[in-house]
Amino acid sequence: MFKVFKAFVQKELYHILRDKRTLLILFGMPIAQVLIFGYAVTNEFRDAYLDVYDQAGDYLSQELVQHLQSSGHFKVNQMIRSEQQLEDGFKAGTTKLAIVIPSDFASELSEGTSVTVQLLADGSDPNNANTLVQYASTMIGSFQQERLAQPTNPYQIDVQTRMLYNPQLESAHNFVPGTIALILLIISAMMTSLTIAREKELGTMEILLVSPLPPLLIILGKVTPYAALSFIDALLVLILGYFVFDVPIVGNLALLLGVCFLYVVAALALGTLISTVSKTQQDAMLRSLMGLMMPSMLLSGFIFPLASMPKVLQVLGAIIPATYFIEILKGVMLRGVGFHLVVWEVLILVGMTIFLLFMTYRNFKIRLE
Amino acid sequence: MLAITVSHISKSFGTVQALKDISLSVEDGELFGLIGPDGAGKSTLFRILTTLLLADKGEGTVAGHPIVSKYKEIRKKVGYMPGKFSLYQDLSVEENLSFFATIFGTTIEANYDLIKDIYVQIEPFKKRLAGQLSGGMKQKLALCCALIHKPEVLFLDEPTTGVDAVSRKEFWEMLQRLKEKGIAILVSTPYMDEAELCDRIALIQNGRILQTDTPEALRASYPYPLYAVKSRNTYQLLKSLRETFYTRTVLPFGDFLHLSTKEKMALDQIQNDLRTKGFEAIEIKEIEATVEDVFLELSDTEEARTTTER
Repeated sequence: MFKVFKAFVQKELYHILRDKRTLLILFGMPIAQVLIFGYAVTNEFRDAYLDVYDQAGDYLSQELVQHLQSSGHFKVNQMIRSEQQLEDGFKAGTTKLAIVIPSDFASELSEGTSVTVQLLADGSDPNNANTLVQYASTMIGSFQQERLAQPTNPYQIDVQTRMLYNPQLESAHNFVPGTIALILLIISAMMTSLTIAREKELGTMEILLVSPLPPLLIILGKVTPYAALSFIDALLVLILGYFVFDVPIVGNLALLLGVCFLYVVAALALGTLISTVSKTQQDAMLRSLMGLMMPSMLLSGFIFPLASMPKVLQVLGAIIPATYFIEILKGVMLRGVGFHLVVWEVLILVGMTIFLLFMTYRNFKIRLE
Repeated sequence: MLAITVSHISKSFGTVQALKDISLSVEDGELFGLIGPDGAGKSTLFRILTTLLLADKGEGTVAGHPIVSKYKEIRKKVGYMPGKFSLYQDLSVEENLSFFATIFGTTIEANYDLIKDIYVQIEPFKKRLAGQLSGGMKQKLALCCALIHKPEVLFLDEPTTGVDAVSRKEFWEMLQRLKEKGIAILVSTPYMDEAELCDRIALIQNGRILQTDTPEALRASYPYPLYAVKSRNTYQLLKSLRETFYTRTVLPFGDFLHLSTKEKMALDQIQNDLRTKGFEAIEIKEIEATVEDVFLELSDTEEARTTTER
């Protein structure tokens, strides 16, 4: 029986290695996805351009502009001379953030009265605008503390924030777990449902069924290579994240890989389940894209936080394995929590896996229809 | 023991009835042909017998095992070659063969005797991917794969469709040799000329078996006088013959028309008749009915019967 299994896995590897498209999906996609999420889809910015409308033009206002640039986040784009120019810049889209310093900046400050600095941001891209304004406000705040050592009111509340586990708020820390969840799902679920549907489409499934092979062995033989490959991909993403984006792996690596394995089994069961209803590759592809990829990407908390979604979507998110998997990954990878803290999520994932395996077993056909 | 028995099997797909009350039996070591046009239900019957589909009604056995309850036993003992080329196109000839040998728990070497005659013809191409073989080569490889585990019963669904004439002839010679080794073979084909090469045949149309017999007996059962007629203008000849009083049916068969008459006619009489109608270069001879004549005759009455039933 082991010989048969071996022959099956070997045959499957031939299929994979001889098909450039499959190879590309297997190894090109994870790398591309990590790099795209890492470099392009990010809320951080470096060298954001700042327009300065300095109506004061005194030493203090220049020092403030200097201070803003010193962080490395802002670069002065242009010095603005009129309100008209300011508006033109925003309309043309060349200005994202502008600071307006009033004419009596230095004098008012030295007199001890409060002064208002205006920040203008392009709100058509709210996320970006928010972040820019936040950064700029923080910088202005620190400028105030440095320059005016004697605050007029000594009883100020000093807010000190610290982002734990991801002090720089690097989005890479968020997308690596999410990408692993997506990659494992694509390889394990979509690729297996495709490869099983392919056997049906080409008619080879007929020959396999009319052989002494137990149907379960056919499925096992088909999914094993993909399980192994998706595991390799998971490692690939971890390594890329670690070396290219400095995403740490704080927690127990064995626990991490163990959870990955559990999730792979769940995804394989999903893929097989899809293949039991799909007769063609196209059908299997559509089902896995619409039924698995989309919800796992949008409703798992990977891209949009679940808590801010309408109740219906939250419920949908709660039945997606990726939601729990990403939760566990974040816990183990970034916060370094032990098994006892993710036991609830792990249990839910185990339950889902058992349910999916049962459904797959029940729906598996020993005949053609 | 009978290799295959089928009794009163019916099968519908939605509103389409693919098989209607089919019964037949194939003896051990017999080459049995299922002859009928596309859509007659041949593949459906094959799939039911190879345990891939369940019949709505009726029973059957293959290699002595009932097709539903002992499907696992049957799957060990039959070789099946589906109508569509169903090997792995991205695997080489050798890889395909050794894969199928392994999943049947055997090796190429162990049963090499059985496939030797066929395999030597494709062996020069054993490193070539199956998808790049010619139609005839593909069929030979598929046959090798279906034979590699020494099956008791062989199911070949339209093995010669899309294969050139020379390869078709070779293929049937191979089947004759396999038959001599004691393997029962059920083969389906839309080609009437191949029917002659079977021990027994069943004519099938619209999911119904018209008749089952040896090819000789079937041909002899043709009840009317039959003539092959040829002239320069085949189409005009056909139209003209349809209108004569002695004609029962007239149907085109290649260059010739097969004319079946109500009574026995003298060849001169038909020839003179045609000559007066202006036909030239007339050739005419009395012939024995072919399987196709019988098939068309039977399907004619069959249609007539079903229409009167309504």
